[in-house]
Amino acid sequence: MTLALLIGLAGGVGSALRYLVDQAVVRLLADRDRGLPWATFVINVTGSFALGTITAAASTGALADDTRLVLGVGLCGGYTTFATAMVDTLRLGLGGRRGWVVVNLVGPLVCCAAAAALGWWVAA
Amino acid sequence: MTTTTARRDSPGHGLAVALVLLGGFVGTLARYGVSLLLPVTGGWPLGTLAVNLTGAFALAWLVTRFADDARLRLLLGTGVVSGYTTYSTLAVELERLLADGRAVTAVSYAVVSLVGGIGAAVLGHRLATRGER
Repeated sequence: MTLALLIGLAGGVGSALRYLVDQAVVRLLADRDRGLPWATFVINVTGSFALGTITAAASTGALADDTRLVLGVGLCGGYTTFATAMVDTLRLGLGGRRGWVVVNLVGPLVCCAAAAALGWWVAA
Repeated sequence: MTTTTARRDSPGHGLAVALVLLGGFVGTLARYGVSLLLPVTGGWPLGTLAVNLTGAFALAWLVTRFADDARLRLLLGTGVVSGYTTYSTLAVELERLLADGRAVTAVSYAVVSLVGGIGAAVLGHRLATRGER
């Protein structure tokens, strides 16, 4: 019960962090984003790297399993978002940028899997 | 998220963060619950797949249906539904499948996630626009 509450709290913190990073990236890029959803990309790549390190550290026993759940399922899970990635992509399609739909589906997933592998390599 | 809504209904910064935090708490708990109910089966992370596909549908419906309600979108969209879905777990699961030499399962899982995810988002959007007419 306490563990579930901690996971939920970490998820709330991760979500708030996502909101702040989203705002910061949008502000930073201003009009130079070419209408592409860079904020979601930055969030998901950094979160995938972090979860890679956390999962690797737990696999070697360097991190307790409860800590892995709070930081991994809670913080990283709440921070990263699949739903926003899909809605961003839907908007590209609705905006007439059909070619970017496939790029924005496959590109971030490849980059996030690579970031997770890098994170695993760093921590294992 | 684009900010196309009228300025009057945009909440202050502190309130926005609080709404997202509260929503993310609920969404994360729901995701954790689903992961306990739907464990990995035959190498397939069914829990992650379930939250990501239902979440993509829900978010597309929500941002279309409530396009002019910034507070509701922050609480339910940026908070609950975005916190309910996860990209990092998908990425690590894919990386682990590849590292274990299960390339076919990895590619199938990736394709089902992406095609299913965008398909679910299109459905959610269509359902919400149909309701407007």
